Amino acid sequence: MVTELAIFFILAALLITSSLSVIFQKNAVHSALSLVAALFLMAVIFLTLRAPMLAVFQILVYAGAIMVIFLFVIMLLNPRAREPRKLVWWGGGCLGAALLALELIALLLPAGGGALVTGSTAAATFGSPKELAESLFTDFVLPFELTSILLLVALIGTVVLAKREA
Amino acid sequence: MMVTESSALLGWIPLLPLLGSAVNVLFGQRLGRMAAGWLACACVAASLLFSLWLWLHLPAGGIFRDSLFTWIESSPFKVNVALMLDPLTVVMLVVITGIGLLIHVYSLGYMGEDEGMVRYFAYLNLFVFFMLLLVLADNLLLLFVGWEGVGLCSYLLIGFWYQDHTNTIAANKAFIVNRIGDVCFVLGILLLFWELGRHGAGTLEFLELKSRVSLLPTGRITLITLLLFAGATGKSAQIPLYVWLPDAMQGPTPVSALIHAATMVTAGIYMTARLHFLFALAPATLAVIASIGVLTALWAATIALAQNDIKRVLAYSTVSQLGYMFVAVGVGAYSAAVFHLFTHAFFKACLFLSAGSVIHGLHGEQDMLKMGGLKGYFPTTYWTYLIAALAISGAPLTAGFFSKDQILWLAFTNGSVWLWLVAWLTAGLTAFYMFRQFFLVFHGPCRVDEKLRAGIHESPPVMTVPLMLLALGSVVAGWLGMPEYLLGSVWDQWLEPVFGLPGNAHGSVAMEILLMLLTLGLAGGGVYLAYRAYFPTWVPGALHRLVLNKYYIDELYGIVFVRPLTRVADWFAQTLDPAVLDRIVNAVGRRTLANSLFWRRLQTGNVQHYLVYFLAGTLLILAYYLY
Amino acid sequence: MLPLNYYLALSALIFAIGVLGVIIRRNLIIIIMSIELMLNAANLAFVAFARAQAAVNGQSIVIFVMAVAAAEAVVGLAIIITLFRRRPSLDPQEMQLLKG
Repeated sequence: MVTELAIFFILAALLITSSLSVIFQKNAVHSALSLVAALFLMAVIFLTLRAPMLAVFQILVYAGAIMVIFLFVIMLLNPRAREPRKLVWWGGGCLGAALLALELIALLLPAGGGALVTGSTAAATFGSPKELAESLFTDFVLPFELTSILLLVALIGTVVLAKREA
Repeated sequence: MMVTESSALLGWIPLLPLLGSAVNVLFGQRLGRMAAGWLACACVAASLLFSLWLWLHLPAGGIFRDSLFTWIESSPFKVNVALMLDPLTVVMLVVITGIGLLIHVYSLGYMGEDEGMVRYFAYLNLFVFFMLLLVLADNLLLLFVGWEGVGLCSYLLIGFWYQDHTNTIAANKAFIVNRIGDVCFVLGILLLFWELGRHGAGTLEFLELKSRVSLLPTGRITLITLLLFAGATGKSAQIPLYVWLPDAMQGPTPVSALIHAATMVTAGIYMTARLHFLFALAPATLAVIASIGVLTALWAATIALAQNDIKRVLAYSTVSQLGYMFVAVGVGAYSAAVFHLFTHAFFKACLFLSAGSVIHGLHGEQDMLKMGGLKGYFPTTYWTYLIAALAISGAPLTAGFFSKDQILWLAFTNGSVWLWLVAWLTAGLTAFYMFRQFFLVFHGPCRVDEKLRAGIHESPPVMTVPLMLLALGSVVAGWLGMPEYLLGSVWDQWLEPVFGLPGNAHGSVAMEILLMLLTLGLAGGGVYLAYRAYFPTWVPGALHRLVLNKYYIDELYGIVFVRPLTRVADWFAQTLDPAVLDRIVNAVGRRTLANSLFWRRLQTGNVQHYLVYFLAGTLLILAYYLY
Repeated sequence: MLPLNYYLALSALIFAIGVLGVIIRRNLIIIIMSIELMLNAANLAFVAFARAQAAVNGQSIVIFVMAVAAAEAVVGLAIIITLFRRRPSLDPQEMQLLKG
């Protein structure tokens, strides 16, 4: 129990730190790497939440593929590190975000109730590939098919957009 | 108990001319002028046939009634578009459709070469529709719709040749003066409904009104009837609102014949006849009506003595004869008033159309001083004119003789000696000015312009046949209403279901015959004087200028009413409007612009700003949900 | 025995941080990365709820979110590249053609 709590808080702290680092770093590459770290930590959290399949997906797809693309593009475009920063803008933004966080938490807390995450009546196979697949291919088969079309469209769109003018 | 039947034909009587008008408006150009004209005639002819059929099938002592649809319903106020046909209606229908048909046919010839012939017939049919609606209406509000409609058509037709500005001025004058009367008329209607409503009996239907009006106090009824009569002075050209009728002669002559002699101007008489039970309860108003009627008759007759325009004489004559009809109304002799309306329609229409025939033959000349000696050129028109002139003067056995004499007799017995005296003098004047016109136009040396003389021609049959029919009517129509000592009056019996039998004559038959002879003598004297004065030549005398200029009444109205109103209107338009209203309106516009310029600054084009708005909105919504 | 609320609170925090990044940063690529952060926060919430209610459906949805996020990130980057070709800047505040 205590270990779980400790693990959670460590992970949470690290996650928050890396998230803040994403947005506060001057160098874009540093931001990207921070994001990678955040995604990894998110995967670990998934693991604690008995979603091993998703953790793997997170690392493969998110931290792997997507972040690689990000890094490619950053390298390709080679942006200047200089970015004008205005205090009013940043101060106001932080305030707004803080308010948002507070309001969301205030709203979500009753929704969560006192439900416990661990120790709930979940089967041992919860979150296993078998269960996930069952849910995916029966309840969500239509979104599944549509997602494939979505990916196709994204693919074509990207190629068209990024092509150099002949 | 009164028999009430329903008939589908009732609705078609006004509907056909309306359809004819609509077809001419939409497709008239494609139909071509003559086809459009014949179509218009056909519609009126069909209405005539339906009217005759319904007349023949009218149950004894009964009426036809047909409710088409409910127009206004706002309890307790309910008005239906419903039609009613009783003996009085039959009379009006025969006049409107019968004489209307003859005038339509006549117009085919008169307007035959006019560019706007299609438009003319569309307006004419529209007028017939409204007039029919007026006489067929079973309630006062629907009657008023017809009342207004004929006023509109009168305006359209007076100003028919709108390119000439004097015509449009005349049309405006007609409409505006009518309007003044209409305001009083509406007030009368409203007051009637209001007062009845206070007794819990609010209605505007004639049949209902008949039983309910006795609920009202005499003072109220007097006020109501005075207002209604004020409306009638406008529509039927009595003092003080007669001034539009002579100017209305600017319109085509058939229009003058139909609208300003036979039908529209008689609407006032019809209205009082329709509401006779109401007027009977207000003796004060009846006295006013009789007085104004006889005064107008005399006044207009004097003006007619000196006019030089062939149509103006007839216009003032119409005003004068309408005065006679109102005299009859004023003494409670509604049947006689309607009888004179009937006969007057025939001979006045005949006179106007004959005049039109002359004008047409002279290619537009209307000044009698430039006519003369036209007997040889217009053989048919000469005789129809003569017959009609004899009729209006009251020559024995013509229509005018019987109807006018009946009015004079009843004025003497039911009214007063003075009433009779003035009316009697007017009869003499009538004979005089009519035959003055006759001699000036048809006899004596021919004063027509040399260049025109070669082109003078009698009118084609399409014009002369209606003339002859009308002349025939001018003689025969009167035989329906012969006095007691001859054959008795079919007329009075016919209208008995509406007005009741006329009260026993207060005088003796001998008195009646004496009066008739007096009138005849005066009329004969009038003709003789005209003969002596104008045949073969004539020279103007003193007093002439005053009467020629209509006693300068128009100028008086102009100074007293028109100029001040125009000045007020100008002040509103040039001072008040730009300074106050325009500034307010412009200020509103500028405010709106300034406001939008302010809010426009939100749209910076910077996406991150928009995201901030997003965030702010989200925060607000979330805050709302938290509380 | 961790209450669900902790995970939800964490999710909310990460989301807010993502929002902050989107609004504050003037580098388009970092803005898109912040969007990814927000989507991840949502994923966290989904997974937490799935665990709390013992319903695997929540995890299935996460898969879709990931797919959509991937597609969207890629297309977004392609757009950035196109924009960059037009004007060699990654600053959203320099792109104000729709002003007014």
